[in-house]
Amino acid sequence: MDSEQSFPQPESKPPGRERPVLSAKLDAAFTSVYRVFAFLGRFFKELFRPPYEFNEIIRQCYDVGYKSLFLICMTAFITGLVFTKQSRPSLSNFGATSWLPSLVAIAIIRALAPLVTALICAGKVGSQIGAELGSMKVTEQIDAMEVSATNPFKFLVVSRILATTIMIPVLMCFFAGFGLWGSYVDVHSNESTSFTFFIEKAFEKINFMDIWTSVVKALVYGFTIGAVGCIRGYNAKQGTMGVGRAANSAVVISMFLIFIEEMLIVQIANVFR
Amino acid sequence: MKAASQRPLPGQAAQPVIALHHVHKAFGENVVLRGVSLDLFPGENVVVLGRSGTGKSVLIKIISGMLQPDSGGVRVLGDEVTMLNDKQLQQLRLKIGFSFQHSALYDSMSVKENLEFPLVRNKRHLTRRERRMAVDRVLDAVGLSQTIHQYPSELSGGQRKRIGIARTLILQPEIMLYDEPTAGLDPITSTEINNLIREVQQRFNTSAIIITHDLTCAKTTGDRVAILLDGHFFREGSFEEVFADRDERVRAFYDYNFTG
Ligand SMILES: Nc1ncnc2c1ncn2[C@@H]1O[C@H](COP(=O)(O)OP(=O)(O)OP(=O)(O)O)[C@@H](O)[C@H]1O
Ligand SMILES: [Mg+2]
Repeated sequence: MDSEQSFPQPESKPPGRERPVLSAKLDAAFTSVYRVFAFLGRFFKELFRPPYEFNEIIRQCYDVGYKSLFLICMTAFITGLVFTKQSRPSLSNFGATSWLPSLVAIAIIRALAPLVTALICAGKVGSQIGAELGSMKVTEQIDAMEVSATNPFKFLVVSRILATTIMIPVLMCFFAGFGLWGSYVDVHSNESTSFTFFIEKAFEKINFMDIWTSVVKALVYGFTIGAVGCIRGYNAKQGTMGVGRAANSAVVISMFLIFIEEMLIVQIANVFR
Repeated sequence: MKAASQRPLPGQAAQPVIALHHVHKAFGENVVLRGVSLDLFPGENVVVLGRSGTGKSVLIKIISGMLQPDSGGVRVLGDEVTMLNDKQLQQLRLKIGFSFQHSALYDSMSVKENLEFPLVRNKRHLTRRERRMAVDRVLDAVGLSQTIHQYPSELSGGQRKRIGIARTLILQPEIMLYDEPTAGLDPITSTEINNLIREVQQRFNTSAIIITHDLTCAKTTGDRVAILLDGHFFREGSFEEVFADRDERVRAFYDYNFTG
């Protein structure tokens, strides 16, 4: 034992990182961008590598999908109903209330269903993922998983991102269905249109491209919600406060990204239309 | 001849299960470990004492492969931990039980599910009944059979610690790493945990590294004591040997625990 030697105290050095290359802030920004890509890279690597966590994926799908179903359906029904009610006066000025079904269908299927579903889920599912993983991180549950020879990334992260990517499109379909139903209820009570006629009218102006674009949107939003929630949660720091911050930023960042993606996808889709 | 070769040779028995050789670790400019060396022999409990922030947790995280050392050798059960790939590391981890400072129970799962988790993940061939028996056995070992259907949030700190220990025992590890098993517990519960650590050593035939700054814990659970100070082991030996020392920092430690 080299007890005679005196070592410098670890506390005597200022805690922190090495000297910044550019500036401390720019360095941090580049590092965090790098971390995001490293995280996504790891996701795709682990995604295709067996063993697959089927049970956990199904459990997460249930958590994401089934538990948000009621909220999504309620919101959709009300949105459809209110949207139709609000649009009627301006159309009836031209005597064009017969256009209502197709107008509402275009609005719901092209724009509202993917966007509103994603925003609701960003709030509900994204915050939950951020908080759950964040608290698992700060209470060392993720480390505990690792030392009990389970790959926590695969078990926790891959399953959650897959679940949101699969379930947001499914929820979107429910949104579209219930939205149209809400709209039908209003149309039926005013114009006493039959259901078949309503559906016929509604899908008159909808083409395959519209549906396809919406599905792509929902897939992208689902992935975004899962990935942002997981990144924020998995990298949570500093105790309980870190958990709150992870949950909060998961929602804010994913909502922000969803709007940007919306804009990009619509632009791209318009090129093909 | 064949039977004889299966028995451990006299020299083999003395091979350390954990051998640390000049391990260095820094986080940025924060140098935590500066050349830590330690041998843990089969069936032995070594207590690592040290102030908060001296890198005790970092040390056992390096042993279990959760953190990479900057330099130095980390040999666990004959494998160089830093050289292992993911799969080999997983295999090794099955033989290491890690009891966390804050228990780290999965709070979305009941006690039963917590205990079953390592089994379900790593021993897929077990039947439901065999799993149940394994759970009952470790719960009995930690004396908490009645809590099987409770959730971690419904348990006291001491109970959680014990369930955490039970969860690591379920895979029948050869090495136990305890991170502050008695921190934040009252003296009576601490005594219970200390006895449990001894019992685990005898009943499950484990070797252990026990991290603590509680000298009662060190005295009752440790066969050997090592003091981590300034990033290396400052003193090492039996409890009496180490605390016969006149060095003021060692004294300060002793005085705080027993006279302060
Ligand atoms: N993942 C990490 N990243 C950066 N620094 C870390 C990390 N883990 C530990 N440290 C630093 O290493 C030092 C030692 O930490 P460690 O957790 O090992 O202390 P400890 O001896 O276990 O203390 P305590 O008794 O309070 O648990 C601390 O200064 C801590 O800030
Ligand atoms: Mg510690």
